[in-house]
Amino acid sequence: MVENRPFLTFLTHAFLILGFVVVAFPVYVAFVASTHDLQTLLTGAVPLLPGSHFIENYSAILTNVSAAHGLPNYSHMALNSLVMAVVITIGKILISITSAFAIVYFRFPFRVLAFWIIFVTLMLPVEVRIMPTYKIVADLGMLNSWAGLTIPLIASATATFLFRQFFMTVPDEILEAARVDGAGAMKFFWDILLPLSRTNIGALCVILFIYGWVQYLWPLLVTTDTSYYTLMMGMKRMVTAQDGVIAWNYVMAGSVLAMLPPILIVIFMQRLFIRGLTETEK
Amino acid sequence: MASIDVEKVGKIYTGGVRAVTDINLEIKDGEFIVLVGPSGCGKSTLLRMLAGLETISEGQVKIGSRVVNRVEPADRDIAMVFQNYALYPHMTVRQNLEYGLKNRKTPKAEIDARVTEAARMLEITQYLDRKPRALSGGQRQRVAMGRAIVRKPAVFLFDEPLSNLDAKLRVSMRGEIKRLQRRLGTTSIYVTHDQLEAMTLADRLVVLNGGQIEQVGSPLDVYHTPASTFVASFIGSPAMNLVKGELQGDKLVIGPAIIALGAYAPTPGAVTVGMRAEDLRVVSGDEGMPFTVEYVEELGSQRLVHGLVGDQLLTIALSGEAEIAGTMRIAVDPARLHFFSADNGKRIVGTSEAAMAVATPSPAPVG
Amino acid sequence: MMDTKRTTFNNKLLPYLLLAPQLIITLVFFIWPAAQAVKSSVEREDPFGFSTVFVGLTHYKRLLADPNYLDSLLRTGVFAVAVTLLSMGLGLAFAAAVDRLARTSRIYTTLLVWPYAVAPVIAGVLWWFLFNTSTGIMPYFLSQFGIKWDHDLNGTHAMILIIIAAAWKQVSYNFLFFLAGLQSVPHALMEAGAIDGAGPVKRFFTIALPLLSPTTFFLFIINVNYAMFDTFPIVDATTSGGPAQSTNILVYKVYQDGFIGLNLGSSSAQSVLLMLIVMVLTFVQFRYVERRVQY
Repeated sequence: MVENRPFLTFLTHAFLILGFVVVAFPVYVAFVASTHDLQTLLTGAVPLLPGSHFIENYSAILTNVSAAHGLPNYSHMALNSLVMAVVITIGKILISITSAFAIVYFRFPFRVLAFWIIFVTLMLPVEVRIMPTYKIVADLGMLNSWAGLTIPLIASATATFLFRQFFMTVPDEILEAARVDGAGAMKFFWDILLPLSRTNIGALCVILFIYGWVQYLWPLLVTTDTSYYTLMMGMKRMVTAQDGVIAWNYVMAGSVLAMLPPILIVIFMQRLFIRGLTETEK
Repeated sequence: MASIDVEKVGKIYTGGVRAVTDINLEIKDGEFIVLVGPSGCGKSTLLRMLAGLETISEGQVKIGSRVVNRVEPADRDIAMVFQNYALYPHMTVRQNLEYGLKNRKTPKAEIDARVTEAARMLEITQYLDRKPRALSGGQRQRVAMGRAIVRKPAVFLFDEPLSNLDAKLRVSMRGEIKRLQRRLGTTSIYVTHDQLEAMTLADRLVVLNGGQIEQVGSPLDVYHTPASTFVASFIGSPAMNLVKGELQGDKLVIGPAIIALGAYAPTPGAVTVGMRAEDLRVVSGDEGMPFTVEYVEELGSQRLVHGLVGDQLLTIALSGEAEIAGTMRIAVDPARLHFFSADNGKRIVGTSEAAMAVATPSPAPVG
Repeated sequence: MMDTKRTTFNNKLLPYLLLAPQLIITLVFFIWPAAQAVKSSVEREDPFGFSTVFVGLTHYKRLLADPNYLDSLLRTGVFAVAVTLLSMGLGLAFAAAVDRLARTSRIYTTLLVWPYAVAPVIAGVLWWFLFNTSTGIMPYFLSQFGIKWDHDLNGTHAMILIIIAAAWKQVSYNFLFFLAGLQSVPHALMEAGAIDGAGPVKRFFTIALPLLSPTTFFLFIINVNYAMFDTFPIVDATTSGGPAQSTNILVYKVYQDGFIGLNLGSSSAQSVLLMLIVMVLTFVQFRYVERRVQY
């Protein structure tokens, strides 16, 4: 459509740039804070321009700062975050795609019941069943373990629904052709369904990785042993400093680093990210 | 290669809906059978039962000498071509062709030979390394046929394979399917709702309606002696004219007109009379029936004239140059009349054949 | 919702094996704990944990008569509505602006989506730092206008702080959905509007916005859900429910009463009430999805 309203277009750009500045402001301030020494940060107003302690602060957070707060090494916590995010991502995709496959491509007794059991998980976020879930995990001896950290988070109704919805759009004839071609159930799954689901799996990976990376409440409940601490818990612990003085320069350096992986994924895999986001929530 | 016996086959879906009733068919080795009928007539269900994609609720199906009711589709020695091609989108053309053979553990050299042969036959050799989405509709259709051919099955099953193609391509692919089937000699069962496709392809037509067989026969048999008003109106274009008439002695009364049948009259009373548009001709004088023209469709080689005899609609096919007046008189050779029961639409057996023998035949009009 | 394929595989055992991991996890970590919550919400444990007695709806009655709980309920409502309106309003404004631009829309999208990837707890830490009463930029800035910011003592300030932090994280989500909604408005409609003499602003309000109402409704439910349940880390990283319970929203309270206060009966009753809220929200959301399918 031909439309020539330069002033409105100018306003639009101005509004969006202003919007970006506002949205990015907290992160910018965090970055600035991570480049000053603590003294500067504690004496009145925080500066708005980067300082000269970038290397000093970042190498400190990466080496010995966390130990001073009774935490494991930063890289250790980062590895924990990574393991947790990756295990949750793979686990969710694995059990969701097989569930959806069973529900769509088989007829069997209790199929509808199985579907509803999975559906119910939508109504039971961990936040609303904190105590009893904690108790179960404790009874099973899964506190302070990787199994306890990840397995209870692996059930996923949304991922199951996404795959179910996608499978429903795969033409019936593809399955029929495969059966005439002599493919059994699992062969069909590996040879045809899985390759066809690549984009959906990719989109889910992006969303679920972020989901796993930002987990906070669950690790908080099931881990007391600091060697299982993730970055999220570590950073929170550092702002709840016992001796009263918060090492903001280090906290901000640590937070900036902790934010980076998911932000980079969103920016560089924007298309998959948007697809994953908009399709899982339907 | 195999014959197929379909005995008393029926399909009842869970929930009790009956889709197909009492189908009996003996298909000879190498025959090209077309199942034709309007949508919902059960033709696809029947085909899918033969393929093993639907369970057979009643009766039994034999491919060769083996009852296949409980045999998996892959083990029935059939290959199927689907309406939407059903090519595996993530595999190349070559992989699509190979997939079924690989699943059967066919030796690699054999697979290569067969794929090469099929690709050459279908002229898709240069597309072997492309993905289906990079092909046109016609090319995809060829690949789908190739996938069936490489298997060297006893039976080809076609489920409306041409209905996603445009009209021109459909005609040429039609010819190609016929040619391939002749060449390979493989028993084929082909489902379509397009009567022209059915007529041109079939050795024998099976006309289905409401889950039951209306008529089985060669295309010309079915065209010239339709077993019911349903078949009469479904096969042939323009559809056969069907009007209400009454037989009185050796005379047929249609609205204001009276047609002398000569000596033969099958049954007294009300009947449905069938007349092919091309069997009707314009006559002069006060012979025949009065016909009021309503509108004309120009087909180039023919003019289809639509009008009324009394209050009943009728279509006549005239040559491209024929003169048309507002009202005309039209006549039909009594030998070319079809009589159907006014009650159940079934053909009143022996009508035209007997009439032929009795009435003095006049030369058939050119049309 | 429950269809299968026209043709299905015949394996008898395989579907159960395929479903087993998901079902086992769901039963053990979702259904069983939920049932336990319901059970312990109608029981009382004796102080030594030796026996339990059935007490019926006592916990619920006490809870609903507890001014602290009712206060928390009210604050949760205020918080959820404020977060929803703020983040949806901004998301819609950004989406409308980006939708107007053809060539640069991708760049702006990239510039605006990333806060989604920031962990809530980090978001809390960032805003906590920004508003830090002694060293933060915002209190300094506000003092120029004569506002004395003090979320450590002023409950309203604390509430504003968590609203901003929670809304900030959610803007990008709403932006993406509104943008997708706007981009699916048929061009022909906008062109018809233009031919009918409506300018861009008028077209947005009279054509695009009404057509967006399904998206808006959907986002409303999702945002309320987010504000009520996913904001625990934000509260935990900032106000911890204070000062004087002023930001003690329901999810935080259930955690505090259960883990810190060790009041199992009350915490379970709170869990069950929260479940009811999620159920209503989920039900509304799926009814709406069903209706949308019929379009």
